[in-house]
Amino acid sequence: MTATATTPGSSRHGDEPLLSVRDLRVTFTRQGEDPFTAVDGVSFDVRPGQTVGLVGESGCGKSVTSLAIMGLLPARGNRVEGTATFEGTDLLTLAKDKMRDRRGRDIAMIFQDPLSSLNPVVPIGRQVTEVLERHKSMSRKAATPVARELLDRVGIPDPDRRLTDYPHQLSGGMRQRALIAMALACEPRLLIADEPTTALDVTIQAQILGLLKELVTESGTALVMITHDLGVVAGLCDEVNVLYGGRIVERGRRHELFASPRHPYTTGLLASIPRLDGARGAPLTPIPGSVADNLPWEHACAFAPRCSQPVDRCTEQSPELEHDDGGRALRCFNPVEATS
Amino acid sequence: MARFLIRRLLQMVLVVFVLSVMLFLWLRALPGGTVSAILGERATPETRAALTKALGLDEPIWVQYGKFLWRALHGDFGTSTRVLPGADALDIFLTRLPATIELSAFALVFAVALGIPLGYVAARRANSPVDSGLVILSLVGVAVPVFFLAFFLKYQFAVDHNWFPVSGRQDNLSCTRITNFFVLDGLLTRELDCSASALKHLVLPSIALGTIPFAVIFRITRASVLDVLGEDYVRTAESKGLTARVVRGRHVLRNAMLPVVTTIGLQTGLLLAGAVLTEKVFNWGGIGNALADAFQYRDYSVLQILILAAALIYVVINLLVDISYAIIDPRVRTR
Repeated sequence: MTATATTPGSSRHGDEPLLSVRDLRVTFTRQGEDPFTAVDGVSFDVRPGQTVGLVGESGCGKSVTSLAIMGLLPARGNRVEGTATFEGTDLLTLAKDKMRDRRGRDIAMIFQDPLSSLNPVVPIGRQVTEVLERHKSMSRKAATPVARELLDRVGIPDPDRRLTDYPHQLSGGMRQRALIAMALACEPRLLIADEPTTALDVTIQAQILGLLKELVTESGTALVMITHDLGVVAGLCDEVNVLYGGRIVERGRRHELFASPRHPYTTGLLASIPRLDGARGAPLTPIPGSVADNLPWEHACAFAPRCSQPVDRCTEQSPELEHDDGGRALRCFNPVEATS
Repeated sequence: MARFLIRRLLQMVLVVFVLSVMLFLWLRALPGGTVSAILGERATPETRAALTKALGLDEPIWVQYGKFLWRALHGDFGTSTRVLPGADALDIFLTRLPATIELSAFALVFAVALGIPLGYVAARRANSPVDSGLVILSLVGVAVPVFFLAFFLKYQFAVDHNWFPVSGRQDNLSCTRITNFFVLDGLLTRELDCSASALKHLVLPSIALGTIPFAVIFRITRASVLDVLGEDYVRTAESKGLTARVVRGRHVLRNAMLPVVTTIGLQTGLLLAGAVLTEKVFNWGGIGNALADAFQYRDYSVLQILILAAALIYVVINLLVDISYAIIDPRVRTR
């Protein structure tokens, strides 16, 4: 548990990072197929109490990044390189049983589809108590009132009854709340949320995001929010990393990034959000093409074929991630003009 | 749950009734017939007619069925004409049932005790040499005909090596009989040598009879565990840092067992109802053996009760499977 109940974002320069990911590279090596690099040299920091977003469309490597940090990638068929230092320990080289001790206690995770993420044949209460039994050496009996308390805290009404309910008896929003309760049971210092609201109704989405925000602020838990939804980022994150083709293409604090996006991919993502105040019937502006059009990063910008303003260099040379002093970073030869 | 049970019980009655009609018609449509079987080919038409009348076989078929049904409902399934002439058909069934249950139980233990662990191991190491080897073994297991396997085991391990007895259920030890489950009787009367002898006699027939169920249970377990291992909730369990033992038991196996339970139930029904070949080869005094004899000699009364009982057992086991399903899977319970 962190004693630091730091206001998110206020500790950018002071604290040591809680999690420091450096040059993370995940390559899938399936038999009979060409190796595929899903995450290609990703580096970012998460400070205590901070909320960091990893944003990008499907296939950009954001989920694989989180699974690699958690040590939850399949045992075979992939290669993980780089480091993910959590409080001085590299998680990527940690022994399997040591990693088991940390998962659920120091780092927890919530997933996209709350129904399929819950065991259908085990009561909700049991799925909460098992974490406490495992990491807090509690008996099942002692853990039950704690589990009740947790369900209450995540806003599940009538928690006594819900303890013995099975996942199929809960609504989608309740299920995600239950998963959050399980993840926060041992007061982890880092929570990774992988598209936690994608499978939910829009109204429920807002509730769940509000709950997450409240809980991490209250407990000082750092949060890595993985999403394709810039709306989620706008409401929650202190710092945003935009991923494309397995690499970070732009990074910045939330307000700066939204106020003046520099990478054409980021501007594209922002432009493709439908607006309520826009003209009625006005067509959406999607980013043309799909990730299937990507060029290899080795000697080009992977985004070039879909870019709105490519220059010659984009298909001849690989752009580097350039950092400025204010914590912004950009990987682009021809960035969008800063508006401010 | 009560409504579910009542509905299922009514279904069972209907199934058994329909089956009894079909069985009755089918048996009497078989060539040959009781009269020829008893009197032989060279009987005079007069003696044949007399016996036909005595057995009531000259009456219209629905009258025969009506009489059969009426008597059956009163526990009278007729008298054996050939398997054990003059004996009550129901008695024949009841004295032979324990032998078949005992054999089926051991065959099932063999199949489950090997099938589930090996299925789990194969799934965990999918596509490894261990997995491939086990899959091939299970394929051989389903493919080898039971009578061949039974004879093979018998000659290899009983005749050639003399490790196990050739046939029968027990050596002649003058054992006390209580339940007719020989292993159990030996334990109850503390005649442990009787139990030991019965166990030795059980080994080869159990393997012969249990090989197909083993192969089926193995394959279903493997497929089911593979499915469950890819489920999101297993990843959730891992993300909670639960020990490998808890992940395996509570999260993987408990879910993977759902289809396996069904399979075990169906296989049990098949074992109890259809151990004919194994019982024949090992001269096992059970239902399968009696069924074969009854068929050969057109012993209608015995055939009818054996086949109806087999059907009833099958249906009851299916009901038990459904109930156990409801116990393991809460999603079924609330429906």
